[in-house]
Amino acid sequence: MEKKIKKELDLTNFTDEVVAAYPSKVGKKRAKSIVINDPDSIPKIQANVRTIPGIITQRGCTYAGCKGVVLGPTRDIVNITHGPIGCGYYSWLTRRNQTRADKPEMENYIPYAFSTDMQDSNIVFGGEEKLKQAIREAHELFHPKGIAIFSTCPVGLIGDDVHRVARQMKEEFPEVNIFGFSCEGYRGVSQSAGHHIANNGLYKNLIGNNDNPTRKHKYAVNVLGEYNIGGDAFVIEDLFERIGVDIIATMSGNSTLEQFETAHTADFSLVMCHRSINYVAEMLETSFGIPWAKANFIGADATAKTLRKVGQYFGDQELIDRIEVVIAEEMETVKTAIAKAKAKTEGKTAMMFVGGSRAHHYQELFTELGMETLVAGYEFGHRDDYEGRRVMPTIQIDADSRNIEEITVVPDPTRFNPRKSEEELAQLKEAFDIEFNEYKGMMTDMKKGTLVIDDLSHFEMEKLIELYKPDVFCAGIKEKYVVQKMGIPMKQLHNYDNGGPYAGFKGAINFYKDIEMIACSTIFKQMKAPWENEAFVTAEYVFN
Amino acid sequence: MRKIAIYGKGGIGKSTTTQNTVAGLAEMGKKVMVVGCDPKADSTRLLLHGLAQKTVLDTLRDEGEDIDLDDVMKTGFSNTSCVESGGPEPGVGCAGRGIITSINLLEQLGAYDEDKALDYVFYDVLGDVVCGGFAMPIRDGKAEEVYIVVSGEMMAMYAANNICKSISKFGKVGTVRLGGLICNSRKVDNEANMIEEFARQLGTQMIHFVPRENMVQHAEINRKTVIDHAPEHAQANEYRSLAKKINDNQMFVIPQPLEMSALEELLVGFGIMN
Repeated sequence: MEKKIKKELDLTNFTDEVVAAYPSKVGKKRAKSIVINDPDSIPKIQANVRTIPGIITQRGCTYAGCKGVVLGPTRDIVNITHGPIGCGYYSWLTRRNQTRADKPEMENYIPYAFSTDMQDSNIVFGGEEKLKQAIREAHELFHPKGIAIFSTCPVGLIGDDVHRVARQMKEEFPEVNIFGFSCEGYRGVSQSAGHHIANNGLYKNLIGNNDNPTRKHKYAVNVLGEYNIGGDAFVIEDLFERIGVDIIATMSGNSTLEQFETAHTADFSLVMCHRSINYVAEMLETSFGIPWAKANFIGADATAKTLRKVGQYFGDQELIDRIEVVIAEEMETVKTAIAKAKAKTEGKTAMMFVGGSRAHHYQELFTELGMETLVAGYEFGHRDDYEGRRVMPTIQIDADSRNIEEITVVPDPTRFNPRKSEEELAQLKEAFDIEFNEYKGMMTDMKKGTLVIDDLSHFEMEKLIELYKPDVFCAGIKEKYVVQKMGIPMKQLHNYDNGGPYAGFKGAINFYKDIEMIACSTIFKQMKAPWENEAFVTAEYVFN
Repeated sequence: MRKIAIYGKGGIGKSTTTQNTVAGLAEMGKKVMVVGCDPKADSTRLLLHGLAQKTVLDTLRDEGEDIDLDDVMKTGFSNTSCVESGGPEPGVGCAGRGIITSINLLEQLGAYDEDKALDYVFYDVLGDVVCGGFAMPIRDGKAEEVYIVVSGEMMAMYAANNICKSISKFGKVGTVRLGGLICNSRKVDNEANMIEEFARQLGTQMIHFVPRENMVQHAEINRKTVIDHAPEHAQANEYRSLAKKINDNQMFVIPQPLEMSALEELLVGFGIMN
C-alpha cells in the first residue's frame, strides 16, 4: 500500500521533471504528449505529430507500416520492395508474423526478400525499367496470383511512378493482380501513415474481387488487425473453428490473397488493432454494409467477452451454447494458471510502450495477473486510440496527414447489403452493450492517476525506470537491452521475444508463465555492473 | 590546376561564355578541360564544332563500369579536352545525382591526374542551384572558383544571388570561393553600373562586361566560338580579355548574399527609375 501511494505521488511530478531537463521549445512540445489520466474526464493528449529530432524515438517509417505490418504477413502475394536493398533486407522475416500454408506445395513467399536493389544508375535514370524487369522475373519464377510493389524513399524523390508500372505490367500479365503503394518512408510521422496507405490499397485493389469465399459454417466474420505474431492468429482460428464460425479474412496474419478478395462477404468485422486497420473496417461498412466492433483476444476474459459478442451478434442459441462450452473448457485451465502465477505477480507493476493498440490490449493480461499498468503509451497511435473515436472530428488535419491519399468510398451499387438494420444494431447495443463502429480508446480503461505518454523519448524512458522502477517494462527491440542493463525485466511486445502465442486462452496461459518467470526473477536485482561491486580503478599519468 | 565552375540563370549564356573564355585561355597556351554538367549535353558543342559526343552517363549505362577516359573525352578547339556528363531524359530519375556520379567517374578514370597537365578545368552547370546534386561541383572542392554569368535583368540577378547563398554556405566549410560576376549584356539600362554595384554589395567584382554582339550568334550557327570563327572581330577580343582577367584574378571571396529587399532596391535605383 505504501509503495502504491508513493508511486501515485511521483507520477504527477513526472511531466515537470522531464520537461525541466529539455530545451524550452522541446519541453513545451513534449509536455502536450505526457498526461495524467482520468477515465471520467479524459484529458486531451498530443499524438501523431512529428517526432522531435534527437529524442531517440521508438517509431518506424511509413514503408515499415505498409509493407512490414499490413501487407507483409500475407503468404501468396509477392511483395517487391522498389528501392536500394536495405529496406527490403531489413524488413525480411523480422516481424515474426507466422504463416501456415494448408499444404506443403502451396505458395508461401514470406521466406523470400524481393527487392529491385536499385543502384546509382537507377537513381540517375529512373528505376521503372528495373522494376518491370523484377516483376517479369517474379512472374517467370513463381507465377504468383498477386504482386505488390512498395516504394522506398528514393523512389518518391526521383519520381518513379509505381502505379503506372503496375498498370502496364497488368496488361502484360492479365492473370496477375499487380498493384503499387506510394509508401515512401518519409510520407508520414510514423508507420501509421503506412497503415493508412496499405488500407487504401487493400480496398482499391483486392477487397471485393471475388464473391465466392471458401465456406464451412453458417456464420462468417473478419478478424481485422491481427498479424499472427508468434502464432496468435492460429489460436484465434482454432477457437472459431471450435465455435463453428468461419473467418473469411484475417487481416493479415496467416492470410492469403483470396481472403482479402472475399472479405466483403463476411457478416461482421472484429477489429483487433484499431490503429492499423480501422480504415478497412469502415470501408467494409460503408461499401458493403458490414458492421464492425472492437474486439480483443489478448487476455482470457477479453477473449471470452469477444467470443460472446460474436454469439450475441448472430443471436443463434446453438452458437451461443457452443461458445459457452468452449469458454468453460478453456477457463478451467486458465484459472489454474492464473492462480499459480498470480501468487507471485500480484501487486507488481508494468509499463508499456508499444504499437497503436497493444499498449491497451496487454493491460488486460496484466490485470488478470493482479499487476497494475502504471504508465502506457503508443509509438504511433492517434488521439482516437487514446481518447476514443469521439474525438476524431476534432483532430486537426496537418500537412503530414495530407501526404496520404484520400479515397472516396461509396456503397457498392450491387453488393451493398446492411447485415443488420439500424434497429437491430440499437437493440444489440441496448441488450449486450455492443458498441458498433466505435472504439473508446485506451484511456477509458486506465486508472485515474496513471500516466499516458505518446511517442516516448529515450530520456523519458530512462527517467521512468529510474523514478518508478517497474517490475516489467514492455516495448520493442530498440529499448530491450537498455532496459535490461538498467536491471529491469523487459518483455518485447512486438515480437514476443521468440515467445507466444499470447492470444486467446492458450496464449494467455503462455503470457502468465512468461511474465511470472521474468517479472518475479531475482536475477536482475542480483546483477550488478562491475563498477557497482568494486571500487573504481584509479590511475595516474606516468609522465609530468 | 585551377578548378572553375560557371553558374547562372538558365538561358543567360553560360555555355557560350564558358566556351569562348576557354577558347581564349587555350589560345594563351593553357591546357583546359571542360565538363558539361547539363543533361542536355550542349556545353562543348562550339569547341567540338558540333560533334555530338557520348555522355559519361550514357557510356556508363551502355558499357558498365569498365570504360576508358577516351570513351567519354574528346579533343576540341586548340587542344581542349571536352566531356559531357549527361543525364536522364526530362522528368525521369535524378540529374543532380548524375552529376555526382559522373564527376566521381572522371576522377576514377584519372581525368584530373598530374600527367594530364591541366591548367584549368571548367564546370558548366545547368541553371540555378536547385538541389544538392547541382551544388556538387562546389562541394567537396570539385570546383574552387565560381564565376556567375549575369545580366541586368531581375531574374538573372535573383538567380545570381541564390547561387551566392549556396557558395557562402559551402565556402564556410570548404574551399569554394566566388571569383566574380560576368555581365553578359542584355542591353538593359545602366546595366554595367548596376552589376558593378551588385557585385560590390555581394563583396565581389564584375570581372568583365561582355557587350551584346550579333557575331556571337553567327559563330554559334557555325558551331564555333567567336575566337575560332572570327578571330579578328572585336567580340573575340572581349572574350580574350575575359580569359586574361580570369587568368590574372586574385580576388576570391565568400560572398554576402543580399536580402530580397536590398536586391529590389538595387533594381529600382538603377533600372526602372532612370
